[in-house]
Amino acid sequence: MKTRLLCAAATALALTTPAFADGHADPVRVGMITTLSGGGAGLGIDVRDGFMLAIEQSGAENVEVIIEDDQRRPDLAVQLSDRMIQAEDVDVMTGIIWSNLAMAVVPSAVNQGVFYLSPNAGPSQLAGRGCHENYFNVAWQNDNLHEAAGAHANAAGYSNTFILAPNYPAGQDALTGFKRLYEGELAGELFTELGATDYAAEIAQIRASGADSVFFFLPGGMGISFLKQYADSGVDLPVVGPAFSFDQGILQAVGDAALGVVNTSQWNKDIENETNAAFVESFEEAYGRLPSLYASQGFDTANLLLSALEVADPADADAFREALRAADFSSTRGDFSFNTNHHPVQDIYVREVIQEGDVFTNRIIGTALSDHGDVYAAECEM
Amino acid sequence: MSLILLIEQVLNGLQLGVMLFLMAAGLTLVFGVMGLINLAHGSLYMIGAFAAAAVAGATGSFLLALVAALAAAAAAGAIVELVVIRRLYDRDHLDQVLATFALILIFSEGTRYIFGSFPLYLSIPDYLSGPVSLPGGIQYPLYRLTLIGIGLAVAVGLFLLISRTRLGVQIRAGEADREMVAALGVDISKLYTIVFALGAALAGLAGALVGTIQSVQVGMGEPVLILAFVVIVIGGIGSIKGALIGALLVGLTDTLGGVLLPELFKLFMDASSASSTGSALASMLIYLLMAAVLFWKPKGLFGGAA
Repeated sequence: MKTRLLCAAATALALTTPAFADGHADPVRVGMITTLSGGGAGLGIDVRDGFMLAIEQSGAENVEVIIEDDQRRPDLAVQLSDRMIQAEDVDVMTGIIWSNLAMAVVPSAVNQGVFYLSPNAGPSQLAGRGCHENYFNVAWQNDNLHEAAGAHANAAGYSNTFILAPNYPAGQDALTGFKRLYEGELAGELFTELGATDYAAEIAQIRASGADSVFFFLPGGMGISFLKQYADSGVDLPVVGPAFSFDQGILQAVGDAALGVVNTSQWNKDIENETNAAFVESFEEAYGRLPSLYASQGFDTANLLLSALEVADPADADAFREALRAADFSSTRGDFSFNTNHHPVQDIYVREVIQEGDVFTNRIIGTALSDHGDVYAAECEM
Repeated sequence: MSLILLIEQVLNGLQLGVMLFLMAAGLTLVFGVMGLINLAHGSLYMIGAFAAAAVAGATGSFLLALVAALAAAAAAGAIVELVVIRRLYDRDHLDQVLATFALILIFSEGTRYIFGSFPLYLSIPDYLSGPVSLPGGIQYPLYRLTLIGIGLAVAVGLFLLISRTRLGVQIRAGEADREMVAALGVDISKLYTIVFALGAALAGLAGALVGTIQSVQVGMGEPVLILAFVVIVIGGIGSIKGALIGALLVGLTDTLGGVLLPELFKLFMDASSASSTGSALASMLIYLLMAAVLFWKPKGLFGGAA
């Protein structure tokens, strides 16, 4: 861990120093702003590692990646982005994890002629009226996994679901997304405090509500706390949620409490295709841990970029944009294409948490939505 | 809202309250005796949780994990007092805030350096897991009942320590007049180290106990620290009794407010907006409580008359 961090730091430093440029004419400069310290660092580290793995495997010598840590602070992300665009002259930007940071950085970056490839955040504002020809999302629109959870609830025959999410924009989107496709009744609807770690009160309300199932969107540490407390409470209703509370990084911290829980994701390590098998194996070999969905998103983002660079140079913006739009790369997810608003059209799967030896992980048990786009595409004019 | 649900929420509020008390007791002792604002108290909470997770992972024993949490946090507290805090007693509060804020950053990045960026696993031992039936048909998790018990036991222990032992006399005396205590031959710097380590150990214990049902991750201490400051302001700075009453008040207000306010708003709003407005207002409740207490008693409920 230590040496790898040092190497990464050294690489990042080396790459920011023009003297280390490899001598080829006009290398493409990629600016990655992501979260590498603070509470949400696991996500950014996975995106970075997945992205850099694809760059290394391609052997591309004309790509320079400049990596900076945003510490999950919108103000810092804006500063870093301004510096990258104005002083470092980057052609393409990527890396942002959180929707609030994306909203602070992306609109101004794409308006300055930079291409932005989002490896994670997909706020509805950037998918609908605020869409932009230079903005591509390689992960999902924020609502997608929640919509899939709603579709799964129908398929599983749930008719009285209790739903909860933190009280902030992505949490409100999550409940809206779930309700969009869910056809049953709601036993209750709760907004929790963002960052809350104690869910005793919410679990007591779930118990008293007479619900037949629970949908929750509580990313990161919130989800760990909720699942542990839920498992200990004796409430025995089936739980469904998006993959964000069940990714490879946090499953180990939840442990037994997550076993058997159903969640929705656009990726899993057992999706059968050559790219994915090679990705999982090489990621594990390079970093000594299983990849998460965030790592797969970073990997796909880099491969999309590389595929477009083979066809066109970012200096020729129109040709490069067309090359990106073609999405002519082999994704770890199998079929992948862009909708009219440059957001993915893809399958979204239902996964179940299982234990393989000592390691908690997911396996696919079904498909929730096939070739799914998002509802905001209709509002996008570009 | 049924009576059973209400009783269950009162228990939840009590449990949150006694855990806040463990944090607030150390904070209020350190502030009362040494006049020091210690922002790094949340880091000691985090150290307790990480030590417990590491030891539980290695040995599988929850009791050993709790002992490790106490020991690690007390040791970290003593070292910090000897190396850094000792130089801050004579400085003004701004210097103390700056220095202890720096400690937060050092502890957070240091923990990440050692344990990595992903949350650690720490779970309830088998003999404490699952719910128990209480009279009236209430199902309540055994572990949370244990937390209430441990918290109240620590509170009683602290009262006895402060009121009945020689160390307690010195602590009370140090609070009242530190020059006079020193003049009477008490080694005041040793006393300070002991008090600081004691406060740290309580924070570490809280971190381990709460980390078991929450997530053990870098930065877990800071949200609790803010609540603990609210508690000691409400209770009156320096007062252990105030810390206990304040902690229970904050715990109950926070839990019951979060449940009852959205229910109240549902009487005249649709469910979705009642839930979001109610929970937004509920998160302000403890600060409203603090403001009300300060308006009525500017020194806090049990603050000194000075």
